[in-house]
Amino acid sequence: MAKFILKRLAFLPVVMLCVTMLLFAILQLLTPEMRASLYVKDPRQLAAVDQIIEKYGLRDPVYKQWGRWLSQVAHGDLGYSETAKMPVADAIRAFFPATLELTVLSFIPILLLGVFFGTLSAVYKDKWLDQTTRFVAITGYSLPSFVLGLLLLMVFYGKLQLFPPGRYSLDTDLLVHGESFRHVTGLLSLDCLLNGEFKAWLDVAKHLVLPAATLVYIDLALLLRITRSSMLEELGKDYIRTAKAKGLPGAVIVRKHALKNALIPVVTLSSLIFITLLGGVVITETVFDYPGIGRWGVVAAQQLDIAGVLGSTMLAAMLFVAANLVSDILYAVVDPRIRVG
Amino acid sequence: MKERLFEVWKQLRSKPMSLLGFGLIAFFTLVAVAAPILAPPEKNSRDAYLMPQDGYSPDPVRPHWQETPEKHRHLFGTTEGQYDLYYGMVWGTRTAFQVALIVVMSSLAAGILIGGAAGFYGGWIDELMMRFTDIILAFPDLILAVVIVAVTRPSIHNVMISVAAVSWPSYARLLRGDVLSIKERDFVSAARALGASDFRILGRHIIPNCIYPLLVVASLSMGRIVITAAALSFLGLGAPVGYADWGQLISLSRNWLLGSSGNPFEYWHTVFIPGFTIFLFVLGWNLLGDAVRDILDPRQK
Repeated sequence: MAKFILKRLAFLPVVMLCVTMLLFAILQLLTPEMRASLYVKDPRQLAAVDQIIEKYGLRDPVYKQWGRWLSQVAHGDLGYSETAKMPVADAIRAFFPATLELTVLSFIPILLLGVFFGTLSAVYKDKWLDQTTRFVAITGYSLPSFVLGLLLLMVFYGKLQLFPPGRYSLDTDLLVHGESFRHVTGLLSLDCLLNGEFKAWLDVAKHLVLPAATLVYIDLALLLRITRSSMLEELGKDYIRTAKAKGLPGAVIVRKHALKNALIPVVTLSSLIFITLLGGVVITETVFDYPGIGRWGVVAAQQLDIAGVLGSTMLAAMLFVAANLVSDILYAVVDPRIRVG
Repeated sequence: MKERLFEVWKQLRSKPMSLLGFGLIAFFTLVAVAAPILAPPEKNSRDAYLMPQDGYSPDPVRPHWQETPEKHRHLFGTTEGQYDLYYGMVWGTRTAFQVALIVVMSSLAAGILIGGAAGFYGGWIDELMMRFTDIILAFPDLILAVVIVAVTRPSIHNVMISVAAVSWPSYARLLRGDVLSIKERDFVSAARALGASDFRILGRHIIPNCIYPLLVVASLSMGRIVITAAALSFLGLGAPVGYADWGQLISLSRNWLLGSSGNPFEYWHTVFIPGFTIFLFVLGWNLLGDAVRDILDPRQK
């Protein structure tokens, strides 16, 4: 087991190297002049484009530029993100907790609702409950997050004035960045409670409702479908028939026998969903103006803030490798028939 | 063949959801084909895909049936910049079909090429190609596509290229697995013993035998691809402003979400009409994909 984990972790730096190398290669599609203009902050500097190209070595072959960036990273400098207006390391520290908060809050309902309704849907196959659940699932799967997000904003922000976009309102902003506020966990909702600021907590919670609801509705479909089909497969197996023949009540068969086996693919998939959410949900965060990893990454990509793109992408790639590892390990944990290694 | 079609029809008839999927896609196909009749372009327009603009006032006009007292000629009203929404929806159907079909075809082709070669030749070719696939998969969704469009400058073609560039890996993975299992079968050895070339074995014997699962995945991923392309347009990376494209129409509506004071839903149509259309289009493809899977996948029966 330990050997397996180490082997997979050894793959991590390789992925990071390749991902960043590929990004550098794509950037070569821009001419050196265009890349130089990314460093220009003042129109007067435009005359000095040649010096900028010279200074940053923008005419060098890709691997040299990449190597230079790599040695910078090795010295602990991830660069400065123009779009976040702060060093990349600080940006990750600022945006990641926001995304983590949103992820945890939306993942719990996804898991509970997905397993609950997925199971019911399989047990009552083709009854009205199953039909309704499947219809809700396929609509969620077909609804683009930006459409759902904008419609939710129109109703709950425009009409009802209940749930505003962003991460907090002005009062909370002042409070959180004030001197007396202790940042314990980085998760604002927890910190507010720890500081005894219930009004601020309510404010933060209000801002989380809409993006979380969007994510739940859209990602629920996937988990629901997997739970349902896996459950249906289990219910058709011989041991279930044996249990029925023994005269066990239906609820016991479902809970104690079928569900335990049916949950194996669900566990793997849900760990994948969790990590994908954690890598930043680009569109949902953009629609709700929620300052997380995803919004930062996409703004950086749009404006070709290279350091920002590299930083957010590396974080996401790291999480991707971790997700695969965790799901493989979980697979072995929930299913004793499988051995990793 | 006729009997087979009848069989398919009989299966479809018993499933209202599959029928709904077919109906939706048939409807959108009709709209796309009949676009010049449904929404005739203006006589002096350079490009039929450019939405007619009614003056330069920024405020959207409400739909025809809501406007009182004077009626105007915009059935669905206009969006920001006075672009006619009805025209945008009709011609946007063509854009949506183009993007979806071209992206699926090209990423399918890339997936077949890479996955097929990897599975067939094995060894270092397999290792190299599959690690490359892993790396593309390790990118967070959308970020790579956004970088590609941003570097190659925003346009509808570059959106297609970038979405194709991020969606082939899942096809490649799937095909590789199938090729691996099929190449061990007897008929492949027989073809080899007869002196068939690698190309012929792959093209005539192996790929046709594993194309069905790939087609199922392709029809199921159609909806995802439409959403991804619309998301890029929504981020302002798609076609130039004024081009009939649903994603762009939604991004134009972002400033009008809140309506005016006293009437929060005044501009509801700017979001709802294009949003609901994308939803129906994607829903149609997803239902159709499910139907195709039920028909083609014998394991489900």
